[in-house]
Amino acid sequence: MMLSSDAFVQRKAFWRDTRFLAVLFQVLFLAVVILLAGAAYANMVRGLERLGLRLQLDFLSQEAGFGISEGIAYTPGDSYGRAFVVGVVNTLRVGALGIVLSTVVGVLVGIGRLSSNWLVRGLSSVYVEVFRNTPLLLQLIFWYSAVMLKMPGVRQSISVFDLVFINQRGVYIPRPVPTGAFALWVWLLIISVVMAAGLYVYRRRIQEREGRPGFAGLWALGLLAAGGALGWLAVPGSPLVLDVPILQGFNFRGGIQLSPEFAAMLTGLVLYTGAFIAEVVRGGIQSVPKGQREAALALGLRPAAAMYLVILPQALRIIIPPLTSQYLNLVKNSSLATAIGFPDMFNVGVTIMNQTGQSIPVFGLIMASYLSFSLITALIMNWYNRRVRLVER
Amino acid sequence: MALMATQALAQARTLDTVLERGRLVCGVNNGLPGFGYLDSDGRWTGFDIDYCRALAAAVLGDPEAVEFVPLTAAERFIALQTGEIDVLIRNATWTLTRDTDLGLNFAPTTFFDGQGFMVRKDLGVVDIEDLAGASICVTSGTTTELNLADTMRARGLPFTPVVFEEIDTVYRAYEQGRCDAVTSDKSQLAGRRAVMADPDAHVILDATISKEPLGPVVRHGDDQWFDIVSWVVYATFFAEEKGITSANVESFETADPEIERFLGRTGGMGAMLGLTDDWAVKVIKAVGNYGEIFDRNLGPLGLPRGLNRQWTDGGLLYAMPFR
Repeated sequence: MMLSSDAFVQRKAFWRDTRFLAVLFQVLFLAVVILLAGAAYANMVRGLERLGLRLQLDFLSQEAGFGISEGIAYTPGDSYGRAFVVGVVNTLRVGALGIVLSTVVGVLVGIGRLSSNWLVRGLSSVYVEVFRNTPLLLQLIFWYSAVMLKMPGVRQSISVFDLVFINQRGVYIPRPVPTGAFALWVWLLIISVVMAAGLYVYRRRIQEREGRPGFAGLWALGLLAAGGALGWLAVPGSPLVLDVPILQGFNFRGGIQLSPEFAAMLTGLVLYTGAFIAEVVRGGIQSVPKGQREAALALGLRPAAAMYLVILPQALRIIIPPLTSQYLNLVKNSSLATAIGFPDMFNVGVTIMNQTGQSIPVFGLIMASYLSFSLITALIMNWYNRRVRLVER
Repeated sequence: MALMATQALAQARTLDTVLERGRLVCGVNNGLPGFGYLDSDGRWTGFDIDYCRALAAAVLGDPEAVEFVPLTAAERFIALQTGEIDVLIRNATWTLTRDTDLGLNFAPTTFFDGQGFMVRKDLGVVDIEDLAGASICVTSGTTTELNLADTMRARGLPFTPVVFEEIDTVYRAYEQGRCDAVTSDKSQLAGRRAVMADPDAHVILDATISKEPLGPVVRHGDDQWFDIVSWVVYATFFAEEKGITSANVESFETADPEIERFLGRTGGMGAMLGLTDDWAVKVIKAVGNYGEIFDRNLGPLGLPRGLNRQWTDGGLLYAMPFR
């Protein structure tokens, strides 16, 4: 039997040989891809030539001439390059904060979906279904037009103890400003941190040796708080003073201002992505066999402890890969900011494109930036994923 | 195949493309009463819209053979550059950068405008200096956005620009109080004020901070098409200057040889443009002369003719000779 089949293979013509065909199709596919890319590039170059446009980046050093409402230091006299950086930083700001906050929301709601409490479970389900099943753009416009812009006017601001002010121009919170004594206090704080870390390790050892709860975290936190408070009293004067926003002219001055565009953007992104993360977390938890929880409870762990010590660590390895996708989505979705006037990278990029006519280089820059944000996020998450996997037996 | 098709398309003259398609694709504004908007009957109406129709009448003989493509300020030039539209008639300001770096050609200005500010009356603002520290709403990708920054910088006035891409969003944000002021071309401010909930609560400041010559725009590299668009504009100027209207254009009695040439009765000027000889008659028949276009669209907004009068009346409208 073996012999006859070998003989058959030898007789087969080369165009019916699967090894040859596999290589042939790959070569053909590659050729088509290269040809298409080349055609697209040639077409682009010809189009640019026809319009007399140059494909270069030196316009980035020219003066931008337009204002940007928020972000790092920038004036209209700065260059297009600087304007783009302002946009990049704004994107990173909303992206980083969004990732942290949506994770918190997602984990809480995801656990809430499995709660034995009917009300918690019901509210969590309604939240997930509503925010997961309506378009993000719609939600953003809702948060911006129907919530933020409907806040009271500047002169009728909602005041919280005359420290925090909320109006349709944004949320104004006091800003801590370091004084001369700040450096000394930070040193005292660092010493407290070191001591707290030492205490934590010591209490852990006691716990492991004697097999009874050491409350290491509580001890360490207590020491840290005490150290910080004592340091605050010990240094001459107060290390931090508050810069409280006050109404001056058209607007509030001083403090930290969160613009309504930023607030709407962050709220929209966090609640939308949070709903997806909640589902990821719920799925992860439910994938842990029921016996694990029953065994943990049988061993005498309280339900909360069973969740944190037994179930979540096992659920993590299921949760991390889809969670990474959600983080990537969040960063990419931030480009919708342009609809509500938040000056993110895409928004500023489109303005630059429009003022300079250099659409292809600017699009290239925007794509390269999003790609690098996503790759960096993915890299960190993959590293974390590998670490979580190692912890597993 | 696809490559050859795009190549052919790139080399085709715009006039041939339009004739072959049987329709003019015109980039317009979709939210500016008086200039370009959809009226309550779902029909495109406005000053710029009429110029699209005039061009379609001249080229295709049918003022209705137009496909209107609504564009935001930020999209408009890219749409023109990429060939998505044949001509952009969307209150675009003629500037050096756009004329050169963006690869565009500006046909004669159809509306001489200037940038101003609109504020709430109860704010008590009378001059630009009073706007120090104000939040100012503005549309992205406009000369307005740049002029605003220049003006405030020159006077050393701090301000916060609040920038939106959609013109509707700009005015909604202003009306809801997100900004203390909104800035744009004065004609646009007047047009938008007319459709606000309470027009009398808003006032347009006297100060004009820029020159805004608005007119049709075409791509570099097609001189014939540029000529056609330019002369359609001149035809509307010329007709008003000579008293030719949509009502009398077909039966206009004259001994003036220039008018004879204009009406295509002599001279063969249509052929020089690549059009039929009675192209100008079709234009005036379809939309009327400049004065008619202005009165029909901008009259209801209460905009004065201002600089947009004939040169014989001390204005800036000046048709080149039909010779």
